[in-house]
This record gives sequence, C-alpha cells and structure tokens, in this order.
Amino acid sequence: MAKSVEDLPYIPLMSESSAVNKTGVWRVIKPIVDQEECNQCYICWKFCPDVAIHIDEEGSILIDYDHCKGCGICEAVCPKKCIEMVKEE
Amino acid sequence: MPMDVMTGNSAQAYGAKLARAEVVAAYPITPQTTVVEKLADLVASGEMKAQFIKVESEHSAMAACIAASATGARAYTATAAHGLALMHEMLIWAAGSRLPIVMGNINRAMAPPWSVWADYQDSIAERDTGWMQFYCQSSQEVLDTVIQAYKVAENHDVLIPAMVMEDAFYLSHTFEPVDVPPQKDVDDFLPPYDPPVKLDVDNPVGLCALVPPDHYMEFRFKIAKAMEDSRKVIQEVDEEWEKKFGRSHGGLVERYRMEDADAAIIAAGTMSSTARVAIDNMRDKGKKVGLARLRVFRPFPYEEIRQIAKEVDSIGVLDRSYTFGHGGAFYTETAGALYQAPERPHVKNYVIGIGGRDIPPKDIEGILEKVLTKEDGGEVEWFGLRTSGSREVN
Repeated sequence: MAKSVEDLPYIPLMSESSAVNKTGVWRVIKPIVDQEECNQCYICWKFCPDVAIHIDEEGSILIDYDHCKGCGICEAVCPKKCIEMVKEE
Repeated sequence: MPMDVMTGNSAQAYGAKLARAEVVAAYPITPQTTVVEKLADLVASGEMKAQFIKVESEHSAMAACIAASATGARAYTATAAHGLALMHEMLIWAAGSRLPIVMGNINRAMAPPWSVWADYQDSIAERDTGWMQFYCQSSQEVLDTVIQAYKVAENHDVLIPAMVMEDAFYLSHTFEPVDVPPQKDVDDFLPPYDPPVKLDVDNPVGLCALVPPDHYMEFRFKIAKAMEDSRKVIQEVDEEWEKKFGRSHGGLVERYRMEDADAAIIAAGTMSSTARVAIDNMRDKGKKVGLARLRVFRPFPYEEIRQIAKEVDSIGVLDRSYTFGHGGAFYTETAGALYQAPERPHVKNYVIGIGGRDIPPKDIEGILEKVLTKEDGGEVEWFGLRTSGSREVN
C-alpha cells in the first residue's frame, strides 16, 4: 500500500529486512552436506556471505535454506569436499 | 576573547575542534593538507577528543564520515578539487541518508591542465548532490561557518550535510587575525547532535535500503523540502551567532554599499573583499555601485537576488568557474531566478579568475564600469582572457 509523503519517515527505515526476506527462493542449486564426512571445521560457516550456515547443538553444520542463495562458496572452500551443489527440483 | 593569527585551513581545523567533531576521516590533497595536519596534531596531543581515521582515498573518507554520522557522531572531513570529485558518489549517499556531516572544501581548479590554484569548478560540479554550500571570504568566516554549518545541518527540519568553501591559497595559506571564541560559548551555541534515528546495536534498524517507484519520489521531495527549509535556519543561525559573538556573515547574501546603487555585482569568496575596495574607489568618484556576496549557493538565495533586481538597473555576475555549454553557474542561476521576478534588470556574466588568475581591484572596477553602462557585447565575457590583441601578450 503506497503511503503519502506526510506519512513516510524522513529516510527509508527497515526494522526487519534480511530476516523476513526469504532470499532462498532465488536459489537454482542447493548445497547438500555429507554429515558423515564433515569434520566440523566450520570453514564454510565462516565463508558463507549470507550467514545462511548455522551450527546446531551437536556441532553439526545446518544450512538455512530460507536464506541460502546457492552461491556455492561453501562447496568451493570445503577441504573435505563433503558439500555438493545439486540442482533444485 | 583570544585573538589568534591563522590561515583559512587552521580556521577550518579549529572550527571542527570547537564544534567538538567526534570523528575526522580525511585524505590529504593540496591545498587542503594543512587542515588534516592540524587536526591530526590536535587529536594526537589530546587537545581534541576525536577519532582520527586515516583512509586510503576521499571516497573512503566520506564513507567513514557517513558511517560515523549514522551512529549519531558528529563527523568532519575536508578535501579539494579531485578529492571532492572522487567523493562524488558518497556525497550523494550522505545527503540522501540525511546525515549532517560538515566538510571543508578548499576550492581548487580541476585538471587538466593540472592546477592547484583557486577556482570553483570543483564544488560547482557537486551542486546537485544535495549538500548545502557556503562560500567564505575570510579565515574568521571559515571558523564561524564550520560551527554554524553544524547547527544548521543538525536542525531536524534540515538534516542535510554542508560544505564550507574557502579559496585555495588566497585563504587556505594566508594568515589573518581570527577571534577564537571560548569553548564554553560554542558549547552553549551548539549542543550535542541529537539524531532522530541512529545505528544502535540495541535497536537494530536498516537505513536507506531499496525503495520502489511507489516511494522514491516522496523521499527525494523530502530532501528538496529540507533544502528549502534550510534558508530560514541559515538566516536564524547567523543572527543567533551575531547576538552571541558580535559578528554576522550576512546569512545567505551579504550586501555591501547597496543603498541607492544603480548597478551591482554578484560575487563569492575572496574576490568579494577585492570588490569592496573597487566599490569604495568607484563610490569616491560618485558612481553608485554595490556588491551582493553569495555566501550560500545551495540553497540558491533566489528571494534575495530578486530583491536586488528590484533595486538596481544592471547586474554583473562574476563566476570563478564555467559550465561548459552555457555560462558560469552563479550567472545561469541568477538569470533563472530573475525570469520569475517582476523586475528584470540587465544581467551579464563575467568569467574571471579561472585557475587562480589574480583579480586586482582595477579589473573589478573595469567590470563595474561595463555594468553601469549596460555594455552589451554578448551574454558571457571571459574577462581578462589573453588574446593576440591584448597588451600583456604583445
């Protein structure tokens, strides 16, 4: 719903931007982690440019598919080669 | 009050110090370098409580000031010529984000040909970025205007950044007596910056993200309105300054011997001081001439210019820059303002002092004679241009 100039703040403000904006829908390829092979070095966690890789309570890698855009950086940096980019169905 | 003797560049630095700027991010460039040197000294000695951020370019200097200002800190930088041009993108970000940054710009010619001397082409090229532009004629005015500019820029009806200009070398490197006001008086005049919104980890917010066509126009209108509203604030702040410190710098336009004047020149910066000498000489000969000094170019003082048009028959506009394609910017804006005015006197553009060419009083007297006689000979004249027929060449 478009707002009038009087109703808008003096600059555009966003109190919740990337959290509610589900950029995962942009993805055409998705990372799949082989948890058996993964030694939990967390290099992918550090490199993910969208903060879409989390670490769960057991220390395992958890991909946030709501926000992962499928860039493939995690696959490229994984020293164990245990992240594979597969085509979205 | 303590008097000091200082350059225009020291006046910039002491203005920032007295305004209690909290973040200074700058990159050195002739003729601005001594502003940054002085500020670095003041911060290193502990005399000035500020973060001094060394950066690798002017683009980064402005980016650092934008970030600092967005957290609610008072930010200052200074630059000149190509440094200002390199900042161009960030200038638009600062204004669009409505951040009241104050920047000294030491007006210097744009290359090529390579030049380090006084010329307004650098700041005129940034006219449309949404920054207020103040042009100073003395070191005193530089110091006072840096402080005034924060008060104007931080006003919640304004919230747009401001450039404080001074002429390369004529002001930046020459010494003049300057009254340095006591810190406590400046503190009374300029309270700490109180931003309506700021970056705060306890209240996260995203500033100035993507806006679709539904609202972009409305946000741009808000900048336009803020610039309009700044006129009143600039005037009021200068009046308040006069009450507190005993000197005014004329608000938007400073008038000199305009009473009963038949002809006037419009000029800015240090050539205005020369113009006053020329006007005094002409007045001694009974010629009724005056000066309207453009202290502020953005917002453009069209009401003040229309008032002058009511009073005189002829106006000469002196431009120390040129907009390739049509006239100097002070001229085209003056002529534009007068089209809507009921009285439209004879107006002519004199392009003068380009690239730091000296402007002696006799040149301004020569222009005033032409303005008085409404001498035609075209809309724009490059005054003092060396041609094959001119005496200095042969």
